[in-house]
Amino acid sequence: MFGNLSWDAIPLNEPIPLATVFILIIGILGLLTLVTWKGWWPYLWREWITSTDHKRIGVMYVVLALVMLLRGFADAIMMRTQLALAAGHAAGYLPPEHYNQIFSAHGTIMIFFVAMTFVIGLMNFVLPLQLGVRDVAFPVLNSVSFWLTAAGVLLVNVSLGIGEFARTGWLAYPPLSEIAYSPGVGVDYYLWSLQISGLGTLLSGINLTTTILKLRAPGMGYGRMPVFCWTALASNLLIVAAFPILTATFAMLLLDRYLGFHFFTNDSGGNPMMYVNLIWGWGHPEVYILILPAFGVFSEVIATFSGKPLFGYRSMVMATMAICVLSFLVWLHHFFTMGAGANVNAVFGVATMIIAVPTGVKVFNWLFTLYGGSIRFTTPVYWAIGFMVTFVIGGMTGVLMAIPPADFVLHNSLFLIAHFHNVIIGGVLFGAMAGYTYWFPKAFGFRLHEGLGKAVFWCWFFGFYLAFMPLYVLGLMGATRRMQHYADPTWQPFMVAALVGAVVILLGIVLTIVQLVVSIRTREQRRDLTGDPWNGRTLEWSISSPPPAWNFAVLPTVSGPDAFWSIKRNAANPAKQSPLEPLSVPTHSPLGLLVSFFAVVLGFSLIWHIWWLAFVGLAGAVAVCLRHAWRIDLEDLVSVAEIAAHERKHQTQVSP
Amino acid sequence: MTTTRQFARHLASATGLLFSAGCSHGVLDPQGPVGTAEKLILYDATAIMLAVVIPVIVCTLVVALWFRASNQRARRRPEWEYSGRIEFVTWSIPAMIVLFLGGIAWIGSHDLDPRKPLANVTKPVEVEVISLDWKWLFIYPQEQIATVNELVIPVDTPVRFRLTSSSVMNSFFVPQLGSQIYTMAGMTTRLNLMASHRGTFSGLSAQFSGDGFSDMRFDVRAVPPGEYQAWLVSTRSRSEALDEARYARLVSPSRADKPTAFGHVTQGLFESIVNHHGAPDLSNPAPAPESNGSF
Repeated sequence: MFGNLSWDAIPLNEPIPLATVFILIIGILGLLTLVTWKGWWPYLWREWITSTDHKRIGVMYVVLALVMLLRGFADAIMMRTQLALAAGHAAGYLPPEHYNQIFSAHGTIMIFFVAMTFVIGLMNFVLPLQLGVRDVAFPVLNSVSFWLTAAGVLLVNVSLGIGEFARTGWLAYPPLSEIAYSPGVGVDYYLWSLQISGLGTLLSGINLTTTILKLRAPGMGYGRMPVFCWTALASNLLIVAAFPILTATFAMLLLDRYLGFHFFTNDSGGNPMMYVNLIWGWGHPEVYILILPAFGVFSEVIATFSGKPLFGYRSMVMATMAICVLSFLVWLHHFFTMGAGANVNAVFGVATMIIAVPTGVKVFNWLFTLYGGSIRFTTPVYWAIGFMVTFVIGGMTGVLMAIPPADFVLHNSLFLIAHFHNVIIGGVLFGAMAGYTYWFPKAFGFRLHEGLGKAVFWCWFFGFYLAFMPLYVLGLMGATRRMQHYADPTWQPFMVAALVGAVVILLGIVLTIVQLVVSIRTREQRRDLTGDPWNGRTLEWSISSPPPAWNFAVLPTVSGPDAFWSIKRNAANPAKQSPLEPLSVPTHSPLGLLVSFFAVVLGFSLIWHIWWLAFVGLAGAVAVCLRHAWRIDLEDLVSVAEIAAHERKHQTQVSP
Repeated sequence: MTTTRQFARHLASATGLLFSAGCSHGVLDPQGPVGTAEKLILYDATAIMLAVVIPVIVCTLVVALWFRASNQRARRRPEWEYSGRIEFVTWSIPAMIVLFLGGIAWIGSHDLDPRKPLANVTKPVEVEVISLDWKWLFIYPQEQIATVNELVIPVDTPVRFRLTSSSVMNSFFVPQLGSQIYTMAGMTTRLNLMASHRGTFSGLSAQFSGDGFSDMRFDVRAVPPGEYQAWLVSTRSRSEALDEARYARLVSPSRADKPTAFGHVTQGLFESIVNHHGAPDLSNPAPAPESNGSF
């Protein structure tokens, strides 16, 4: 009846996950009670849960990412504490069985559910606004994408309390992840949650790519798109091209695990190295899926706060697209130590370095954008400058490891760990935080607290250096990744320093929450009525904050790059405003929530081999999709009167 | 500005830390020709890149601070967005650096190809390495002896490794000797290393392999040739032999095993392990195929 699921699956003898689950359940119940008590359900249901508005969905993505950042960071600080303790003969407080789950969960959560989710959230919110259109190409699909991501998140977290998570590392290399060496449900939790959320990501990639290619304001040719849109285009093209590889690879591993296939097993003709090649065929583009939109954020932030157009726009676009293509040609540098021949290693090493050329061009162009500007040192600029300083170091260590003989001694070491945290924290996270601060007033109509925002930045900045510079050193001292304890006591001071760094970052995360709470409580003082708090250059700043459901009453006509900047400059003789017309916005739809509900049922029952329930989940998901296909209520009409009222209100706020 | 000074001080201390790190027992303290060559590449490449990276960091901070909105003396160029000459330079600088480093990478990949024999007059010692859950088995095929979790090699003598795995993937790595290489079941990889100085160097698995992974450590003892011969004699005199039955027991997962040695090893054990993907069938030994042909 319940497959492999039994009471043994609850980790009653492990106090840490048990306590975490207990606190989580109390927290969720408390939240649900509060929502019920306050009578917020109808509002939440209509305006958020079933919303198909790209802005709402974008915000929900970012909220999900921030929540998962807490989970992923809890894992991080547990690992750092363990390693600060477990020197010499000390065993630390986490046995390997538990520690291995923690680092696997940390990587999986941080990449898939924090970085990806954050970046997709920003793109969702910003793209239609910057392109000057009313929504993404497929609004209901957008909601489905979000909820599928949430379904993956839920499954990963269920593994805390029911069963276990993978103990294989975040990429689950076979043969370790095969049934012979990982007979538990951990790898199944990993695979199914990523299959489900990966489907959401793929759909999101298709959606946003279509949006950029097909929906742009009149006059916005490719050469006039804001650079963030270009980087988002590159990123989404990569999603469309790379995520199917991930899905197919995981599908093969699932066939191995569930039906006795031999794609990646040691025996019967399987080849684990095929998995390693395939997973990096997805994995390397994935890094650029994350970093390219961050590059876009910095381009917007630096141009806006320098009060200048971005230097070398065409170079920037070319560099972005070059990175997009090159990112598919370098996957083998993740395993130079496989034993491939010198020619293979050398070709992939050189190909990897070539990516440093367009990336270097970007850094120089940001530098020349700053040059001659009138720079306002707001929080996003702090993140941007911090990024430029930090990222070049991470880029340097990356190129260092692209040299095969150097990689032979650095591969899998803590040097590598330091390198990719250097680019992911210093690049993606700094970019995400810059974007969060930069577009927050657009989403909510008030600014975040500046002082606290800068404090958050300094915590992350110094915390990062304190946490990861010691890891560079440890890597050179011969420390490898994923150790649960180590013999050499001279490593311990560096491990303790890294822990202190992690605590400083923790302070930054706490301050992020404080900043949010303080900013909400004092929102009346921080209110931005103009919709253009930063003197922006792109179209999202031309409308009210928060924007109305329809974004633009009349689609703007674009006559050059930095569309809003030229509109502002020509404000003395404004273009003739075309008359308002009634328009329609996509109606809310529970499809996303329902599909992902059934996806969770399907995933959970497959993990526990509850076949009848898996059938229910699959049939349910298909049924709600079919039901949606025959829907009648497609769109909500917005009357001219309503649009006009909103426009009048906004006009009086801009120039009272 | 205090922030500049903070940045500068910070960077200086971080860089200092980086370079003082290799003082002992790491990849910056190599004890053989492979490690020494790799250390040189690390230094060369880092120096070439720092020649650009440091100026970029300094320029970023200086430009950003100089052009702050409150600085009355800065000359603003609010419309400046293109300069063909500058663009040419910005594409050229990283391209030139990559040209340099690409050369280093190409030559280095060939010179330090793990399977390339080391040039030396001394006859190389052959060692077959098998990663087990969670320990290392070293077979000396020329001597018909084997050790677990301890590798003894003569100084100034090339060591030719052939490596495989009995189960999951591991990576054989002795940081002070240089290059690491994966061990994979059903496949053979090759590695050539040499110790130029006597000493004990720690080795480890650099590829996560499960619950006992952290204890997959071994010592490499590099000893003078005379001492090595004496060690061979004493090991050969040990009564315990590594045959199929003993190997079957050895394969069963265990953690943090004490170093041990076998006075005799059944011939063809390594090939058999490779051919049978970790589980040998000694009734029919056959030569092992090479996993990765020359590309």
